[in-house]
Amino acid sequence: MIRSLTLALLLAASAPVLAGAQEPAPAPQEAPAPAAAPAQGDQGGLVVDVEGGISAPMPIAVPTMPTQAVVQTPAGSTDALGRQLSEIIANDLRNSGLFTPLPAAQLRSPTVPEVTAPTYDYWSTTGAQSLVQGFIRANGDGNLTVGCYLYDVAARTELTRQGFVVPPADWRRAAHKCADTIYARLTGEGPYFDSRVVYVSETGPKAKRIKRLAIMDQDGANHRFLTNGQSIVLTPRFAPNQQSIVYMSYVGKIPSIYVYDIGSGRQRLVVQNVATTFAPRFSPDGRYILFSMAQGGNTDIYRVSAQGGSPQRLTNSPGIDTGGSYSPDGSRIVFESDRSGGQQLYVMNADGSNQQRISFGGGRYATPVWSPRGDLIAFTKLAGNFRVGIMSPSGGGEKLLTDSWSDEGPSWSPNGRVVTFMRSGRGAGGAAQLWSVDLTGVNERRIPTPLGGSDPAWGPLRP
Amino acid sequence: MFKLNTGLILATAALAVAGCAKKRPEVLPPAPTAGPLQEVAPTGPSGPVGGEVVPGSNADFQRSVTSNTVLFGLDQYDIDPAARAILDTQAAWLQRYPDRRITIEGHCDERGTREYNLALGDRRANAAKNYLAARGVNASRMSVISYGSERPAATGSDEEAYAQNRRAVTIVLG
Repeated sequence: MIRSLTLALLLAASAPVLAGAQEPAPAPQEAPAPAAAPAQGDQGGLVVDVEGGISAPMPIAVPTMPTQAVVQTPAGSTDALGRQLSEIIANDLRNSGLFTPLPAAQLRSPTVPEVTAPTYDYWSTTGAQSLVQGFIRANGDGNLTVGCYLYDVAARTELTRQGFVVPPADWRRAAHKCADTIYARLTGEGPYFDSRVVYVSETGPKAKRIKRLAIMDQDGANHRFLTNGQSIVLTPRFAPNQQSIVYMSYVGKIPSIYVYDIGSGRQRLVVQNVATTFAPRFSPDGRYILFSMAQGGNTDIYRVSAQGGSPQRLTNSPGIDTGGSYSPDGSRIVFESDRSGGQQLYVMNADGSNQQRISFGGGRYATPVWSPRGDLIAFTKLAGNFRVGIMSPSGGGEKLLTDSWSDEGPSWSPNGRVVTFMRSGRGAGGAAQLWSVDLTGVNERRIPTPLGGSDPAWGPLRP
Repeated sequence: MFKLNTGLILATAALAVAGCAKKRPEVLPPAPTAGPLQEVAPTGPSGPVGGEVVPGSNADFQRSVTSNTVLFGLDQYDIDPAARAILDTQAAWLQRYPDRRITIEGHCDERGTREYNLALGDRRANAAKNYLAARGVNASRMSVISYGSERPAATGSDEEAYAQNRRAVTIVLG
């Protein structure tokens, strides 16, 4: 039911966009332009530092987007959508922890002509350092066009602009794409707002908890359940093309890994066997699935074609080797092993050779996952509390991002600058919830879900 | 709650029976809590309660053995003397009913990460299986399944609950 989104770069950088009723034919492109170069030096000097040393979030104005004509669409009327779009953009930027959107009710909404010619005299009185304006228009073909513009208020210059054409059902994605454009331009980091999270929805008593696969946008919107809860399901992870999800299920009381096709809702067993298979994860190119198999009390890591077939064994230690995750180039795998006594992190080549321990701090280390940027590995550290942390792939620079009783199982945002994880409460009534934290460790927030949630996996940026 | 109530009823019934057989128990049993009722298996088919127990059934097994559950230490999977004594009674029952098949569930406490717990539960179930095999139970009669920390017997977040949850539970199939 998920329709692919056709994005077009509508607006040539120099062309006046809304000058007349007849726009020049746009040059459609499959994907938006690559992220702008880091916003440093010239062009107004607006810089947001993602990694740390942030003095204060940047004040930013995201006024309601005007519409050329109020038109009823399947997603609602265009004037209501203009208000909601600005709210979604402001919410994304606020959630990043790097921006403070000014209260929309206090902001004057621009007219359509003002979208491309901001009234800087007014905006300079609001305290906003940067300004996001845009418009929404219902097209004759039923699609919606959303324009998105970023201005430096003090320098009175335009920093970037993008246009998005979406079917009405995907209207929220236009807001996320706009927020991504703003974020990328002002931080120099990759975008991440137009992405989804798959996770395990939890309800019921702790001793007999009902677990269902569920999928939603990263901000919690468009939530839907994928499985009915009759069997325990665990550890879902997206395929790189986002068409399918690999996960573990107890269906038939044979705990095994399955691939769920999002489009058709069909599931297929990956490895035919009688042993327990678990901890699945796709390779970055989608051709392989890494997984663990427990046989006779020994657990090792294997690789199998995503289409099935004979698994190839990658580890061969008498201990528990599990939790494998590929480096983004597919050349290496980080995993956990208790071969030294307790759980520790190891890196090996993709063929299983050259296994090297990388974690040496006190306590145990588990659930390693390689950042999509390649520069960091997120993990769970077990030392009294369970905490989410990061370290370099060589084991240096360890930094713990959270400190709660039970934080576990990090998963990276598409740009490798935020992780989502599950936080569990104590006792019989203790529920698990989804949280996220950025690399500063400061911006920690709960991701809203209808019920409890565990095992979140953040998907790639949507095309 | 249903399981707990059933357990309490069973415990009460057992006390009543004991009271008939003997004049009075020499040592008062501990006050009933959610804890020590692990003899009532939280998983697997339960036999008739209060009615006749079919010989060779899981209910018969549970009535005949010291316990269907053996416990493990923190992050451990070795069969200690207490577990050996329990498994010996299980092996004896399984020798009496050589056509019965069993599955052994391996479980963990919640203070481990999810995937590691799945592997550790497999270790524990296999430790129990290997011990029974050494006691003469044919391995082909036994299957194992790890639930990690997905199905705790006790739902507290304290050492007493964790100790009960680090377990292997034997269930007679069919």
